Amino acid sequence: MELTLWTYEGPPHIGAMRIATSMKGLHYVLHAPQGDTYADLLFTMIERRGARPPVTYTTFQARDLGGDTAELVKGHISEAVERFKPEALLVGESCTAELIQDQPGSLAKGMGLNLPIISLELPAYSKKENWGAAETFYQLVRGLLKDIAEEDPSQPKTSWKEEGRRPRVNLLGPSLLGFRCRDDVLEIQKILGENGIDINVIAPLGAAPSDLIRLPKADANVCLYPEIAESTCIWLERNFKTPFTTTVPIGVKATQDFLEELCSLLDLEVSNLINKAEQSKLPWYSKSVDSNYLTGKRVFIFGDGTHVIAAARIANEELGFEVVGMGTYSREMARKVRTAAKELGLEALITNDYLEVEEAMKDSAPELVLGTQMERHSAKRLGIPCAVISTPMHVQDVPARYSPQMGWEGANVIFDDWVHPLMMGLEEHLIGMFRHDFEFKDGHQSHLGHLGGHTNQSAETSREINKDAINQTSSKEALLWTPEGESELSKIPFFVRGKVRRNTEKYAIQVGCKEIDGETLLDAKAHFSK
Amino acid sequence: MSGTTLLKETGPREVFCGLTSIVWLHRRMPDAFFLVVGSRTCAHLIQSAAGVMIFAEPRFGTAILEERDLAGLADAHEELDRVVKNLLKRRPEIRTLFLVGSCPSEVIKIDLARAAERLTAQFNGQVTILNYSGSGIETTFTQGEDGALKALIPLMPSSKEDKLLLAGTLANPVEDRLKTIFNRLGIKNIDSFPPRQSTELPSIGPGTKVLLAQPYLTDTARELKDRGCEILQAPFPLGVEGSKLWIEAAANAFNIKKELVSSTLEPLILRAQKALKPYIEQLSGKKLFLLPESQLEIPLARFLSNECGMELVEVGIPYLNREMMRTELELLPEKTRIIEGQHVEKQLDRVRESNPDLVVCGMGLANPLEAEGISTKWSIEMVFSPIHGIDQASDLAELFARPLHRHNLLSHKELETA
Repeated sequence: MELTLWTYEGPPHIGAMRIATSMKGLHYVLHAPQGDTYADLLFTMIERRGARPPVTYTTFQARDLGGDTAELVKGHISEAVERFKPEALLVGESCTAELIQDQPGSLAKGMGLNLPIISLELPAYSKKENWGAAETFYQLVRGLLKDIAEEDPSQPKTSWKEEGRRPRVNLLGPSLLGFRCRDDVLEIQKILGENGIDINVIAPLGAAPSDLIRLPKADANVCLYPEIAESTCIWLERNFKTPFTTTVPIGVKATQDFLEELCSLLDLEVSNLINKAEQSKLPWYSKSVDSNYLTGKRVFIFGDGTHVIAAARIANEELGFEVVGMGTYSREMARKVRTAAKELGLEALITNDYLEVEEAMKDSAPELVLGTQMERHSAKRLGIPCAVISTPMHVQDVPARYSPQMGWEGANVIFDDWVHPLMMGLEEHLIGMFRHDFEFKDGHQSHLGHLGGHTNQSAETSREINKDAINQTSSKEALLWTPEGESELSKIPFFVRGKVRRNTEKYAIQVGCKEIDGETLLDAKAHFSK
Repeated sequence: MSGTTLLKETGPREVFCGLTSIVWLHRRMPDAFFLVVGSRTCAHLIQSAAGVMIFAEPRFGTAILEERDLAGLADAHEELDRVVKNLLKRRPEIRTLFLVGSCPSEVIKIDLARAAERLTAQFNGQVTILNYSGSGIETTFTQGEDGALKALIPLMPSSKEDKLLLAGTLANPVEDRLKTIFNRLGIKNIDSFPPRQSTELPSIGPGTKVLLAQPYLTDTARELKDRGCEILQAPFPLGVEGSKLWIEAAANAFNIKKELVSSTLEPLILRAQKALKPYIEQLSGKKLFLLPESQLEIPLARFLSNECGMELVEVGIPYLNREMMRTELELLPEKTRIIEGQHVEKQLDRVRESNPDLVVCGMGLANPLEAEGISTKWSIEMVFSPIHGIDQASDLAELFARPLHRHNLLSHKELETA
């Protein structure tokens, strides 16, 4: 039993719903009690979908449990098939139905219905949403293609060159309730088109089961979101010899690497387009003089695996930030995130507990947080600017405007989204210069500073952090800040003040100094700056 | 009651389960914590329905059952004790802890009553631990509150004093206002249930006259009756008519002079009717379809038809308690079509066929209907908004007039929406 106040991921059947709702011509009969119908609002409210998810809930009640729930399930299945006339049917159960073991998938298969039936077994007590989405997509693709795969195990693939056409690829993984998938797909489609590559199928987003039948016709698969599509890509490679990409094109460098990887898979000459600086404004914006102030900004990153790994690379290599902490809630991506963290000399935090994330955030004293909506709230409490980079989805993460994360335009969006919550370079310089003037209000941030918390809050938080620091040290012995020491401390920018106070106290304890004045503060600064 | 057409329907339903009522219960009693013993689905449901990210540490959570809890490797009771101890250690301000049963905990039959008893003894009076079920196989949406209140009743002290008890969660300002009105009538001894602090439970007994402020308290009403309370028969305090009859029921029970009642209420009624007027103009003659969800559907239909002139196409309700709804049903227009239960697909077919001007429905259905050009109102708003009492009648009407007004505003220059 695990105490959970809030969870990053829903149960695995929500993942199955994401696949079903992303697609056309597919229906999902979910053996579940009435309360589970809340899931519809994730799609109709958060994504503002104008259509109900294609899901029939059996909504069994306690009084049904004494009777024949199997008949109830069959009734709902035939009614759903009759009413919605899907091309294929997903049949599964949520947590409660898993306990009563009606085997709805087998029941459906025994009904003699004339359409493909995919039975989903998604263990609700050990797995979560992204796993459920990946498993559903994999089972669906496998279920629809396995006959073809078996018929034809070793037919040599004719290359696009032999067929005298442009190479074509599948884009796999984009789904509803995935972060900016809608726009990522458009951006990648555009970039591939410019590079002479056609799209065969995009799935699950917008695809019908009949489109999935065409998946093997691609020369390569683009695995856009490994959380959702990696298992499917591996299966397609094994059964149809279709290679797949492993680089996720988020960030300028990753987009370049992705195109190089894809071209090499396709045996296509790399177009010189990909090295042209003007493809994205990020490199120049990052180089421009105003961005000097971004140098070494301390960044804390938390989210799903794909976006965290990409964000760490962009922060480190493209914006000159210092990544001071990173982690993920995706257990399935833990190994990859650990490796990426290790390369930056960090240990990744793998957890589903947002309070643990908040603690880690506090400890690493970042100047910018890149996280989920939950980290946005935690950062707000700590008075730290934050940009959202990952699911779980919030209605704000489905903007009306075009705002991909992937490709060249994605890099532009990322530059704006991450940098705007911070103070602008010139602004920061001026504030540094004038901060002792009477007009100046402590904690002042840029005109967009409210995105990351506002004045009173940040002042309060730094007080809180100070209290924490004092509590931590008081157990050893009381440290006294002289008025002069306090006044020197107040000259430190508010967003690092808590850290400076803590470091100074740590230093004072180390050297056995009980009174902290301005000199101690400078000594500590020198001590820690080596 | 003979005037209405009562029909039953079964099939796929689209309603919340009783866990959802935690969303307002935890706000009503800030010293209580609601611990759902359930699955990740339960946790996800509550956070999705409540938008809980605004809380640093919410006063509700889920003890999520894991594989080993089901396989019997870990004794579920030992695990629950561990979780509760950790929680209470971290949150020493909690005075009452509700263990809330869910679909999975009901199916695997975790005895939460026994757990509550055992844990209460362990915490030796510092924290009271109670249990009730919010499971979707037994309860819908607002029934969760019924369960929570029922669980509190055994803790309420006995007394024989004459008093008025308002049962059912009301918004604080509305509660204050209603008490002021009763005070003016000379009813001074008034308590509310649930109270604003879980530890300040009112006493009850043979002198207690209960006015139900909410229409979903079937079990609570029965238990109160068993403790000797008298449940006053009245419609529910929505709209001018319902609120007037509701207040009058208490006045009669306390033998308040008719003149005092009418001289107190008359000015309020006149003012409320004046405030209602612009909304009546917007709502009158418009067709209304209510889908089942909050159990407030019948009183709302009565208000919107009798006072606002709306035409009732269909009134869906999750379940019908005839005794509790008796006076409400008598007030409804002849031949009002009432459907108990749901077949959501067939019901939506009827919505489309009847082409109503406004549909009251759950959050999952609202945007799909809007996309078809049908204006909607979320039923969940009714349990969060201060809508009870004579003074709130115009605010209540405004909730329904707003989507129609907005529809008119936007329809002049409409873009084709997908």
